[in-house]
Amino acid sequence: MDTHRHLDDELNELRDRVLLLGGETEQALKGAMRALEERDTEVARQVLDNDDRIDLLEVEIDRQCIDIIALRQPAARDLRFVISVAKMAPVLERIADHACNIARTAIDLNNEPQMKPVPDLGRMASHALTMLHAALDAFTSSDAIAAREVITSDSEINNLYNHIFHRLIELMVSEPETATRDARLLFVAKHLERIGDYVTDICELTVYMAEAAFIKHYHQRANL
Amino acid sequence: MRVQTATPRIEVPERARDNGSTSKGTEAKVSVRNLNFYYGRNQALHNISVDIPERMVMAFIGPSGCGKSTFLRTLNRMNDVIPHTRVDGQVMIDNHDIYTPGTDVVELRRRVGMVFQKSNPFPKSVFDNVAYGLRINRITKNSSELAQRVEEALQDAALWTEVKDRLKSSALSLSGGQQQRLCIARALAIRPEVLLMDEPASALDPIATSKIEELIFDLKKQYTIVIVTHNMQQAARVSDRTAFFLLGKLIEVNATEKMFTAPDEKLTEDYITGRFG
Repeated sequence: MDTHRHLDDELNELRDRVLLLGGETEQALKGAMRALEERDTEVARQVLDNDDRIDLLEVEIDRQCIDIIALRQPAARDLRFVISVAKMAPVLERIADHACNIARTAIDLNNEPQMKPVPDLGRMASHALTMLHAALDAFTSSDAIAAREVITSDSEINNLYNHIFHRLIELMVSEPETATRDARLLFVAKHLERIGDYVTDICELTVYMAEAAFIKHYHQRANL
Repeated sequence: MRVQTATPRIEVPERARDNGSTSKGTEAKVSVRNLNFYYGRNQALHNISVDIPERMVMAFIGPSGCGKSTFLRTLNRMNDVIPHTRVDGQVMIDNHDIYTPGTDVVELRRRVGMVFQKSNPFPKSVFDNVAYGLRINRITKNSSELAQRVEEALQDAALWTEVKDRLKSSALSLSGGQQQRLCIARALAIRPEVLLMDEPASALDPIATSKIEELIFDLKKQYTIVIVTHNMQQAARVSDRTAFFLLGKLIEVNATEKMFTAPDEKLTEDYITGRFG
């Protein structure tokens, strides 16, 4: 029994570490968007500085998953949990990388004159953050229903992206003098759209963890 | 001995079923239906129904005393030799119930060979061990055919290259792993259709265990194999289907990959994740 208690402890520790990584990723995205919206270069630099810590957490989780698989040989729900975590950690790290890219864009834009805000960009960021938060909650509670709801809500991000894309293209044509800055904002929108996709990946892993169901590809997702 | 009179039927829980019995269209070599087994008044197996597909490996797992070895022995009537036991239900091999009165048990055990937990070579030469079943069953016509069959059995058991130059040496001079493969060769020599293995590697080191597992993988091309093992990783490595027994009941039968990643039953999940009890 002690062996199994030991495994439980290790799995709990792994879960805590993923949630820590998730929390850091959320903070990175929040910080990056704040830096962009409030033209706060200092906050952008904090996001970039903290990225090493996120990278380190990912490596630690990776190592811990390998150790558990090699030494404890988990099966069934334990195996699904460890596999899901091993796949989820790099996804969270990539979300943080997108946050860093947004932070870098914020620093670049802060060196230039302020532009008119693109209202939907804030909405898009807010939606991405809500999705990420809900995805981490679904993972914590192993709630496949909640995870599926988050996946469904990704379409909202995609709609916003399409809207922003067209809006910024129009601006580039009508006000070519700000085209460079518009292009940068277009990249921000693209980062947020990718973050929505990554959050979807996290939710798919949660569904696998909870139900052993693979819903990875679009045709399977149609029957969520 | 078989008792045909009505015995109280044990209601097997809804979960005690074969999930997907035979897969990929493979025919069942062995079909067990409503099997109950008793040691005196103690019922050891409760209403077991399961199909064992041809030319596949099926593993039986479960805690000690769950009935998996008892069940294995019902498949070639090895329990018949234990006093005060009785069985009811059907064990069909190729659609013939092996418990039908008049069944030739010696012929049955020729068709359904068995390898035990502890290797049990006879105190004879390597050659004579493998030749034993061929001789007593008068299967071969002459010494050259006998030698040919012995060589084939030793090759099938992946032992030939190790013993070809010491066929006249005592079987007891072989290592534990070699002795176990010799017992497998002895079982294979008479060309059974089904091979029952009761924890065949539990007394062996990892290298010898690995050889037995590779052998099982090769043998399933020709034989239907049923293995009882306490080692769940071994069940995962060697079997195509896995059956989980608990307290004499069959809780779940499933494809091995499903069993070890997403079993259907909570009891199975608790057992294989080590949280049983």
